Amino acid sequence: MNVPMTTPVVALVGNPNAGKTSLFNALTGSRQKVGNYPGVTVERKAGKLALPDGRIANLIDLPGTYSLTPRSPDEAVTRDAVLGHLKGEKSLDAIVAVIDATNLRNHLRFVLELRRLGLPMLVALNMIDLAERDGTSIDIDRLSSILGVPVVATVAVRRRGLDALGVGLAGVLRGETPEIAASPEADVRLLQREARVIADTVTLAVGGHRKWSQRLDGIALHPVFGPVLLAMLLFLMFQAVFAWAEAPMEWLAALVSSAQGLLNGSMSEGPLRSMLVDGVLGGVGAVIVFLPQIIILFFFILCLEQSGYMVRAAFLMDRLMARVGLNGRAFIPLISSFACAIPGIMATRSIDSPKDRLTTILIAPLMTCSARLPVYAVIIGAFIPTTLVGGIFNLQGLVLFGLYIAGVVGALVAAWALRHTVTKGESPTFLMEMPKYQWPAPRDIGIGLYQRAMAFLQRAGGIILVSTIVLWALATWPKPPADWNRPALEYSAAGRIGAALEPIFRPIGFNKEIALALVPGMAAREVAVSALGTVYSLQGSEEDQAKGLVERLRGTWSLPTALAFLAWFVFAPQCISTLAVTRRETGGWAWPAFMFTYLFVAAYAAAGITYWTAKILL
Amino acid sequence: MSHPRLIERLSPGQVAVITAIDRGGLDPSTAQRLHELGFDEGVDVELLHRAPFGGDPMAVRVGNMVVALRCSMARLIEVELIASAAAAECQAAAAE
Repeated sequence: MNVPMTTPVVALVGNPNAGKTSLFNALTGSRQKVGNYPGVTVERKAGKLALPDGRIANLIDLPGTYSLTPRSPDEAVTRDAVLGHLKGEKSLDAIVAVIDATNLRNHLRFVLELRRLGLPMLVALNMIDLAERDGTSIDIDRLSSILGVPVVATVAVRRRGLDALGVGLAGVLRGETPEIAASPEADVRLLQREARVIADTVTLAVGGHRKWSQRLDGIALHPVFGPVLLAMLLFLMFQAVFAWAEAPMEWLAALVSSAQGLLNGSMSEGPLRSMLVDGVLGGVGAVIVFLPQIIILFFFILCLEQSGYMVRAAFLMDRLMARVGLNGRAFIPLISSFACAIPGIMATRSIDSPKDRLTTILIAPLMTCSARLPVYAVIIGAFIPTTLVGGIFNLQGLVLFGLYIAGVVGALVAAWALRHTVTKGESPTFLMEMPKYQWPAPRDIGIGLYQRAMAFLQRAGGIILVSTIVLWALATWPKPPADWNRPALEYSAAGRIGAALEPIFRPIGFNKEIALALVPGMAAREVAVSALGTVYSLQGSEEDQAKGLVERLRGTWSLPTALAFLAWFVFAPQCISTLAVTRRETGGWAWPAFMFTYLFVAAYAAAGITYWTAKILL
Repeated sequence: MSHPRLIERLSPGQVAVITAIDRGGLDPSTAQRLHELGFDEGVDVELLHRAPFGGDPMAVRVGNMVVALRCSMARLIEVELIASAAAAECQAAAAE
């Protein structure tokens, strides 16, 4: 048989949590995100796979699905790719069906469905180590002869069986395996029964059920301890964000201010020095110091995602989510939105009902993302004392936790309101596989943290740097005339913009500097902090610069203003990227416009209420 | 003793077998997903956990998989205790 000259296209297909992405990463050397809940992969990812016969194959990683009858947008991607219906995409030359060796009965059913397509196929019997540990023994040769396709045992996370898989796949692509006859679709129950018979035939020794996973669930899903554990985990996360990050943040802050001192000492006064000291270091430096906090936050979220706990959280929250017209499944993208709303909104593709999905997209920005952390941290650091509450809890950590809770409550209220108005309709039931627990793999956590840290630094060096320099220029020119006796900033372009915006924000307690900072804050929320850093750096003397932003805010803002600013950012709609991804996911500008409007109104109201309540009470 | 007919009536550790699924009470796509998750006549099930605040949803072991579902859906699934498990329970009850 002739070897085709074009690059063959091979897809990894299988049930959710079969380990497709782990296998994909191991085979292609990619660093795609892996996790232990259905819906980690929501779009197709491609990579190059070098086969042992010297050829290169295009390997495609597809979202996990239970069958070729999709229920959600991510599953539809898999069906379209497998059937060759994806636009601009070559049809597949072969399928690698990835199945979980500990769940043969269910995963084989999908293999049987895929086999009926008549495409060349290979089965990767993944997680064989877990099956062996349970005491399950599988006759692989028998399975291969019954299915009529090669079967290779693999352990993707330990890189076991990868060579054999490559050899097998090369053989399949060369047409060395018997052709599979295409047959029409069959009823799911028929396939289910056939799969059970095959599974029982090839299973030589039956292992025990995953007792330890069930025992963990005995605590994690316990009617009393379960919710307590969930609350404690989230609480620990926010305490850690403050407590563990304190020392490294001080080092970074010291580094920034000594760099400012160095430039002040070595350069003669002029626009360039001002741009570097006030613009770049004052602005970007104010954001960079939050890197340790962001790494800690992501560490917790990655652990939650990889261990399988996310699905348990969804289970615990289903009842509450049902009250506001959603189901537990929507809780998973919402927790991911603590990191950033963009992956959170993408993750909603695994939600089957379009209205549930739209509602989840609209409330995702209310979950406090990591970009808001610098904003909260600056204000909390400046205005909330580090008192110990009850002997163990840092008041700053408590306030931060409260702000996160405010975001969650805001999201639930918004969901309820949306479900009764613009996204009215029936909510589908909660039906979800609960994957077994897994130890988070240090390598995957490390890669995830590295990618997040780099993304943060790239933002700081890119959009944050650019908007900070633009703001610095606007705040520096035009220069005031000699007889100007008020701050130079007020004469500058930025000062005039701030003064023009101030009447809009004065009723909710915001001053000119805040009004001004909110504008570049549209680009990214952290920019609000870097903007304040630049504005106050320009206004202050060299001694003031050494004090840092926190110290300067403490002297300038009243407490009600600071609290109103925090309340504003619980709802703050400022993030162009979120609006852009919402446009893409909802297919138009109508929903992002709606999102912006409702969040702006909510932020304005929340800040106003906070300001006036605080003014009366304090 | 009477055989429990609903999953939610099973006590911890009891293993039952599915005798009937009322597909008429489900939309076709949900019924299909129920089967894709391993529910079928003749498959063994076990009630593992119930959610806080009212016990809805619940986590059920079906075959080798754990699935979370709401009571309203679980009520469409009829189950019967497996003979040996039922006998063991009778003995335990007699011993008390």
